[in-house]
Amino acid sequence: MTSTDIRAVYLEELLRVAPDLDADSIGDDDHIQDDLELDSMDVLNLVAALHERLGVDIPEKDYPEIATPGRAVGYLSKAA
Amino acid sequence: MGVFVMPSLGADMEVGKLVEWLVKPGDSVHRGDVVAVVETQKGAIEIEIFQDGVVHDLLADLGRELPVGAPLATVVAEGEAVPETAETTTPEAPAPATEPEPEPAHAEPAATAPASPPPAAPPAADGALRVSPAARQLAAEKGVDLSALKGSGPGGAIVLSDVEDATAGKPAKKTSPMEEMHKAIAAAMTRSKRTIPHFYLTETIDIDDAIGFLDTHNETAPPDERFLLGAVLVRATALAAAKVKELNGHYLDDKGFVPSDMVNPGVAIALRGGGLVAPALMDAGAMSLAETMAGMRDLVTRARAGRLRGSEMTQGTITVSSLGETGAEAMSGVIFPPQVALVGIGAPKLRPWVVDGAVVPRRVLTVTVSADHRVSDGRQVARFIAEFARSVQTPEEP
Repeated sequence: MTSTDIRAVYLEELLRVAPDLDADSIGDDDHIQDDLELDSMDVLNLVAALHERLGVDIPEKDYPEIATPGRAVGYLSKAA
Repeated sequence: MGVFVMPSLGADMEVGKLVEWLVKPGDSVHRGDVVAVVETQKGAIEIEIFQDGVVHDLLADLGRELPVGAPLATVVAEGEAVPETAETTTPEAPAPATEPEPEPAHAEPAATAPASPPPAAPPAADGALRVSPAARQLAAEKGVDLSALKGSGPGGAIVLSDVEDATAGKPAKKTSPMEEMHKAIAAAMTRSKRTIPHFYLTETIDIDDAIGFLDTHNETAPPDERFLLGAVLVRATALAAAKVKELNGHYLDDKGFVPSDMVNPGVAIALRGGGLVAPALMDAGAMSLAETMAGMRDLVTRARAGRLRGSEMTQGTITVSSLGETGAEAMSGVIFPPQVALVGIGAPKLRPWVVDGAVVPRRVLTVTVSADHRVSDGRQVARFIAEFARSVQTPEEP
């Protein structure tokens, strides 16, 4: 899976968790909690969805690694 | 024959827009069935019916904004004879009424009822103006003299757009849903502070053991089975409310306090861009921690997607509002009427704490219970907080 594919999966699941986000306005450095206002339940739902789609187990201590689209692509590419 | 009306989906709702019918004339319906979808300032809500019968007629058109109490459909009992022309402009009290709502007589009748010809406009009684509740409220806010307006609604009733026209001096300017939600929340909170004698009790609780329990559990659990501290807090609220009944129920103007046997904690969920919705986790008092967690995930997911149910909006018996993982350490919240208590929870903080005679760093959390002094006193709220703290500190207990 290329990093472009992973980015697409990440954004798709992010929008599923938070359908009221504007897809076009999400930047690579946007923090999902500080900037995009996801709460802890949304983050958990995102983690569960990424686990399902990519088979990547994201432990709680690694949640900061998926906190922006930019960081998530790097982390998920290594783990997937 | 019964009339199914636009329900009040909370103290902060004035109008709803009917966006989807899930039944048609001739369909059998049963108490609790979802029959329609109504768009409110808090997203689309699935509306349940609270009677058994057969749908006779759908009175309201899709896409119309209707005030609380407006007739939406007529329902006949199985086998009931149907009158030739249905008189639908005087609805019975809405079945799920949890509080007296603004006079249905002022409700805009569903003017487009296909089966009945438009009734001749009844003359307004002795100078009384026919004004929709939403119009009345906006007029009050903007200081508009209603008697100077010409109504464009059925029977010359003044409707919201008339007041908007008058205030804008030009065709109605549509306010954004977010502005409307803020306005609605402001109205409900103003009413709460005006009518409910709030008082507050606060306690800071050591949650180190609870966080330890969650960390251990979550380390080995797949994401689907992980727990959040929020679930522990909602469950602790439910268990405490089951024991201290003076904090769990509704205060109604005509009946006073009506305690609830079931505990349905409203879970405050912040919406993007501001605003709040607090759907109830129904019967949470009977749930394990895993069930509480699953129920909250479901509520948050549906709140985001705009698929909450009417009952979840009206049958909350106490509210839990938590500031989440980061933020201020304490919050004294405003009770959501007709409820009588709100549990405000600050963000967990690392603080010096005395344990077994020694000062050690511990993670602590401050809970502030806002309660209605017409119903409870400090002793009862203190008991609630003691039960809450015990549950939070022993999250593994069934």
